[in-house]
Order: sequence, then structure tokens, then C-alpha cells
Amino acid sequence: MCQEANFLLGEDVMEAFKKGCETEVSNTGKEILQILIKNAEIAREEQVPMCQDCGYAVVFLELGQDVHIEGGDLYEAITEGVRKGYTDGYLRKSIVGHPLERKNTGDNTPPVIHTKIVPGENLKITLAPKGGGSENMSQIKMMKPADGVEGVKNFVIEVAKNAGPNPCPPVILGVGIGGTMEKAALIAKEALLREIGSVNEDPEMAKLEAELLEKINNLGIGPQGLGGRTFCLAVHIKTYAAHIASLPVAVNINCHAARHKEVVL
Amino acid sequence: MTQIRLTTPLTDEDVEKLRIGQQVLVNGVIYTGRDAAHKRMVDLIKAGKVNELPFDPKGQIIYYVGPSPTKPGRVVGSCGPTTSYRMDPYAPELYKLGLKASIGKGKRSPEVIEAMKKYKGVYLAAIGGAAALIAKCIKSAKVIAYPDLGAEAVHEFVVEDFPMVVVNDTLGGDLYQEGIKIYAVK
Ligand code: SF4
Repeated sequence: MCQEANFLLGEDVMEAFKKGCETEVSNTGKEILQILIKNAEIAREEQVPMCQDCGYAVVFLELGQDVHIEGGDLYEAITEGVRKGYTDGYLRKSIVGHPLERKNTGDNTPPVIHTKIVPGENLKITLAPKGGGSENMSQIKMMKPADGVEGVKNFVIEVAKNAGPNPCPPVILGVGIGGTMEKAALIAKEALLREIGSVNEDPEMAKLEAELLEKINNLGIGPQGLGGRTFCLAVHIKTYAAHIASLPVAVNINCHAARHKEVVL
Repeated sequence: MTQIRLTTPLTDEDVEKLRIGQQVLVNGVIYTGRDAAHKRMVDLIKAGKVNELPFDPKGQIIYYVGPSPTKPGRVVGSCGPTTSYRMDPYAPELYKLGLKASIGKGKRSPEVIEAMKKYKGVYLAAIGGAAALIAKCIKSAKVIAYPDLGAEAVHEFVVEDFPMVVVNDTLGGDLYQEGIKIYAVK
């Protein structure tokens, strides 16, 4: 799974590159998008990582409440899978065991695991290796309710502007609005898993996504930040109930190496 | 678009001709280094031990990259650029010693841009995330220093037509600022 996620770029991202090639107004921008398509093809054919940063292994588990797991510790098993996948697949190990001591763990473990209990008897595992360059440009802000939708828009646009070339644009923006601080960050990351080109179920949020996408691309940052109109491939918003006093907004940036792989057991 | 071929080692004249937005193809020997290797190199420079550096920076190019492991039978793993700002505190010292170019992705600090003007150097952006494709431009690779740093060790690469774009030139130009101005919708 780790290997597949790193070798095979999703069709939705490929489609978005191709669309970008048609609409991009900058020649350099167009060429960059073509190079990225070629890069993804090489990675797929030769079974090599599309990006040298093979990411932090972020795992979303949806555990059916009727599932009973036997024969050991599920988290241990996932950790072992990451260890094996990254070692056998010649993937780069980018994790240090302590954020201040900074010694590499040597096998890309531990993963970050988010678990949700859901009805049913399936176990769904989604692996989304996350690059450091784009994660570093992500931000969260505890806004005032009075800042309203205009405030949210300005913040998201500001984050994009500030990120510029650093997160390897074209990027995808996951925006989490509401909840508590950690909830906003989590739903922002979940929003990144949505397929590019899919429409938000909430018509108001769908409108907001389209508006933000246009405004952000009109900043002129372009592919790789070298100028153009394809900085962002998609804006995905997820909302959650908020406290009467709060309006948390998290913007999680994903680079074009938007990897994820899903299995249902 | 016209592409300019550069072959290392570079002279002042080679880089003075370059202007922001130009596409270049780099050929010859280049060296790699990320945060940890930079820290060691700059510590040596500060201690006056320039002769102990893994390579003489004069006329050379340094590439900010930490490759993925090499699969058997291949020259090198995937190796696209890492974000350059983490090397900003160290870069001016290397330009001062005659480094002619650095390769990475993302914005540089005003201090680095100033150092490039002063010591005649440029900053080139490789395509972030195009790591499998870039690996194909690398014809040979070997670790020449700091093997204990793993992916962060200093490698010597021989490259052929490695594509990149001039972001900062010796005049202090910055494509990340100028490009946006051209394409922004007012
Ligand atoms: S931001 Fe993404 S594409 Fe860029 S180097 Fe990191 S993982 Fe690779």
C-alpha cells in the first residue's frame, strides 16, 4: 500500500494536470504541468516514487463497530506495514523520533493514525503519505465569529499567497471550518481526501469553493510559483458545528503529489 | 522557449548572462546538501577550516535534495528539490566562497538575494515533485561526505540536461515576485 501510494498518482490529479495544461496562460506554467504528467508516468511505469519525499504515513481508519480484530494489536500491525512498505519499496524515511532531538527512526515509523468507529462490519484503511514541504505551509487560525465568511475567504487566500512556490504548486487546499482547534485541522486534512472535481454536497460551500479557487488562481502565482493561473487544482471545504464564541479555520495544503490509497477489508 | 545550456564549473560571466525566467539545462558535476550538511560545512568555514570542506565551492553548483533510496540497478533514487529557505542561514557563506548557483524550490531570503548580487551567483528552481523525471537526468551519483546523514549526505552527481528556471539573477531580480505581477488578475 505504501509503495502503491507513492508510485501511482491518482487519475483525478492527472486529469486536473491535463485540464491545467489547456487553461494555463503561462508557457513556462504549461511546460511544468507537462513535466509533472511525464513524471507521474515514469513513476508508474518504473515503480519509483513520484517524489523523493515519500511523506509522513498518515492513516485514516474507519472501523466498523461489529468488527472484532483478533491476533494482535491493530496499530502495531499498521506500524509494521509502514515499516515494511517503506523499507522494501526503497521509499525515503523522513521521520525523526523526537521533534527536538531529531534522530531519524530509520523506517518511517511511527505513522499518524486517525480512527473513526462507524456502523457495519468493514475496516477501511486509507493511507495518505504527506509531504513536508506542503504541510509546512499549512496554517490554522482561531477567528472571531464576527469575521464571518469574508474573514474566512481572506484567511484562505492569505495562506495561499504566503505559501507561494514552497508547497510545490499546483496544490490542493483542504479547508476545515468550525469545531474546536484540533477538529478544524482534522477535517481540513480529511477534505484533502475528496476526489478532485467532485462537488461539495453543501451547495453554499460548493459556491465558496469555486469562488476561492478562482480568486486564488487569479493571484498569478502559477505552477511552481513561477507565474501563471494554475496554482491550485481544487479547494475542498469541510465544516463542523462550532462553539458560539469560536470560528476556527484550518487550511491544510497538499502538493500535486496528492497520494492516497484505500482498501476495505 | 529557448533553453540555455550551462556546464560546470561556472564562471562569473556564465551566471551574469542569466536573467530571471530563463530556462536552463545544467550539465556536469553538481553537489548535494540539505540542512544538516550545510550546518557542518558552515561550521567548518566559521572555524577557518575551509580546506576540510567536502568540495571547493568555487565555480560550483549545490543542489538542495535528499534522494529516496536507490533501487538495485539504478543510478539514484527519486530526487526532486527540497524547500530552499531552510538553507538560507547558510547560503551566503557559500556564495562568498565562490559558489555560482544553488538549486532548490521556493523563496529565498533578502540576505541570500543580496549575497547573490554581491558575489555573482544565481538561484535556480528545479520542478518540485518531478523527482522521478529528474532522476533520469542524473548519470552518476556517489556520496562524497557525511554518509552518516543518510539521505542528507553530500553526493556528487554528474547530470545531463537537468531542466530548471532562473529565479534570482545577479541583478537581484526575483521571478517569484515578477511572475506573479505578470499573471495576477487585477
Ligand atoms: S511538497 Fe510534495 S511534491 Fe513537493 S517535495 Fe514535498 S512531497 Fe514532494
